[in-house]
Amino acid sequence: MRANVWSGRNTVQVENVPDPKILNSRDAIVKITSTAICGSDLHMYDGYMPTMRKGDILGHEFMGEVVETGRDLDNLSVGDRVVVPFPIACGNCNACRNEMYSVCENSNPNAGLAEKVMGHSPCGIFGYTHMLGGYAGGQAEYARVPFADVGPIKIDNDLPDEKVLFLSDIFPTGYMGAELCDIKPGDVIAVWGAGPVGQFAVASAKLLGAERVIAIDRFGYRLAMARDEAGADDIIDYEQADVVATLNEMTGGRGPDACIDAVGMEGHHSHVALHAYDRVKHAARLETDRPHALREAIMTCRTGGTISIIGAYGGMVDKFPIGAAMNKSLTFKMGQCHVQRYLRPLLQRIENGEIDPSFVITHKLGLEDTPRGYEMFKNKEDNCEKVVLKP
Amino acid sequence: MTSSAMRGNGSAPTLPDAPPSVPRVPSPEGEITRFLGWFSLGLGVPQTVAPGRVNRLIGVRDDSNSRIWQRIVGARELAAAAGIFSRPRPAGWLWARVAGDINDLALLRAAWRNKEQRPGRLAAATASVAGITAVDAFTAARMSRLPKDVTKDRSFRVKASTTVRRSPDELYAFWRDFANLPRFMAHLEAVETGPDGRSRWRATGPAGMKVEWDAEVISDRPGELIAWRTLPGSAVAHSGTVGFVPAPGDRGTEVHVDIEYAPPAGKAGSIVGKLFGEEPELQVRDDLRRFKQVIETGEVVRSEGTREGTLTRRLVAQKSAQPLERSSS
Repeated sequence: MRANVWSGRNTVQVENVPDPKILNSRDAIVKITSTAICGSDLHMYDGYMPTMRKGDILGHEFMGEVVETGRDLDNLSVGDRVVVPFPIACGNCNACRNEMYSVCENSNPNAGLAEKVMGHSPCGIFGYTHMLGGYAGGQAEYARVPFADVGPIKIDNDLPDEKVLFLSDIFPTGYMGAELCDIKPGDVIAVWGAGPVGQFAVASAKLLGAERVIAIDRFGYRLAMARDEAGADDIIDYEQADVVATLNEMTGGRGPDACIDAVGMEGHHSHVALHAYDRVKHAARLETDRPHALREAIMTCRTGGTISIIGAYGGMVDKFPIGAAMNKSLTFKMGQCHVQRYLRPLLQRIENGEIDPSFVITHKLGLEDTPRGYEMFKNKEDNCEKVVLKP
Repeated sequence: MTSSAMRGNGSAPTLPDAPPSVPRVPSPEGEITRFLGWFSLGLGVPQTVAPGRVNRLIGVRDDSNSRIWQRIVGARELAAAAGIFSRPRPAGWLWARVAGDINDLALLRAAWRNKEQRPGRLAAATASVAGITAVDAFTAARMSRLPKDVTKDRSFRVKASTTVRRSPDELYAFWRDFANLPRFMAHLEAVETGPDGRSRWRATGPAGMKVEWDAEVISDRPGELIAWRTLPGSAVAHSGTVGFVPAPGDRGTEVHVDIEYAPPAGKAGSIVGKLFGEEPELQVRDDLRRFKQVIETGEVVRSEGTREGTLTRRLVAQKSAQPLERSSS
């Protein structure tokens, strides 16, 4: 089959690789009809995620048709149309039983590596480093899906791929970001990052009843999408305005009730020197992550407010204003999304017409054009927001 | 671990503090190695900080060229010191010291050809380097022959634990049927229990080396604990316990494994080293992870990069995360 493989920093290429096969009895093989490039794929593309190997197939947002099932898989049949969540979760361990699927205790065969870095291991993830499992990803014609009786959701309606594909990651991730804010009537929510996850965080905060949602980014087209499509009430271009002062102004000096970091480890800062400081340390691996958005969120969040982190971080940050966070009584909530928990309720919202997730799609490419898709997405060329690939 | 003190709960069964203990023997190689580490540090600092003084001390002409060499050699010494102190078994760094010594002798030989040297000091320096070369080579050779992981006290104890969502009785029953053990212990091929209750264990090392040993159960408390030890003359002499303790709330059962390997003698010791590689603790932890997978999910979980599932040697030598050719798997 053809698949998009990582072959070094800033290099991906579509190659011939062997077809996947069943390795565990609850596996399914899925013929992929739609797949996408995620912002977190760029962290690997840019070389900031350790434990990648040349030849690793990337991609963790995909859907398709079941073409083969393992002998103990009893809920899916050949021909079923499924969306596959990015966290691989067994459904049997204590974490899964508590619906904390992204910290499944059994799905990472390389848990020993993750424990060295994090103390305990999170779940395995498709196409997302060897530290998180060494699983082949979904930017390919076919993929093997472990624990297919726990993850994939069957799509029985005739909604097009574009409307349900993002149940695999970015819609539930944005939704969880908003849910972690524990939104109450009157709450003002600020969202850093108007990439695809940020768009869904904005839209979900509105769905969950936020009084006012403010989107923060530096790209005009992304802010316009947040306002016009996702439903943000206000937007802030952080290269044009002082974010902390503007948010204070917008909230009568209180600050947002909750702040969502949908940026993660490769943030930018409007101040050239401050950005350069973190950029240099990041490049030299003195800190692994650049936490500009997080620092700003902590400084501007109202006292007693909530910081919700759904942008992906990989390791260490510095200049972390823990004093502000502690003295302001902030609550921190975060995590890789427990996608399995949100599949059904969010599919229902799509079916009910409450949201059409396809609004983020700006580019559709064939699988062979995947490397160009990475470049466009990384460099924000041609107003690129979300690339969907059609194998 | 004093599990009773930790729990402070009279109802939970307690685990013995340790498997039947084995006396520990300090190793002379470890002492010499530490000395050599300090020696490297003691040379490296003045060489990099004050190369001119060192030149004069050892009777070499002090010029910019020789100072550069002093700094290079000093940096090498500092690297060796760092390597020796940071590695539990720094045979490689000791051999690096030997290579450095030979290099130093070559440099000193070049210095002899120079007219401006001071012969008395240079001779003393040459004799010193020759002497330390002998010590380095001797220690490196001894260290290379020692089995892994037993360098410091010649025996090792491995403890690991996990929590599994099943009752102590179920986990005890699965473990007590030793024929189940190869399903999650990566190195084990088979365990056969004879009519006398003694068992024969067959394992394969990384290089395909076959090892067998006999063991007997020395304590057996259903739903709580199994303790075993190998019979005299076993190639891999060890004793161990596995305890099953109810986890708090509805979290299932804590499984605590505690294994002590006897002081290895000669070939048997090196078999233990080869069987368990660099990190025996990691291997036991991996076995427990696989145990949890087998019990909770029904089998060992595999990915394209780790076709065999959780396995220590696969942690360091991953395959690409893409499907393998059918013929090669």
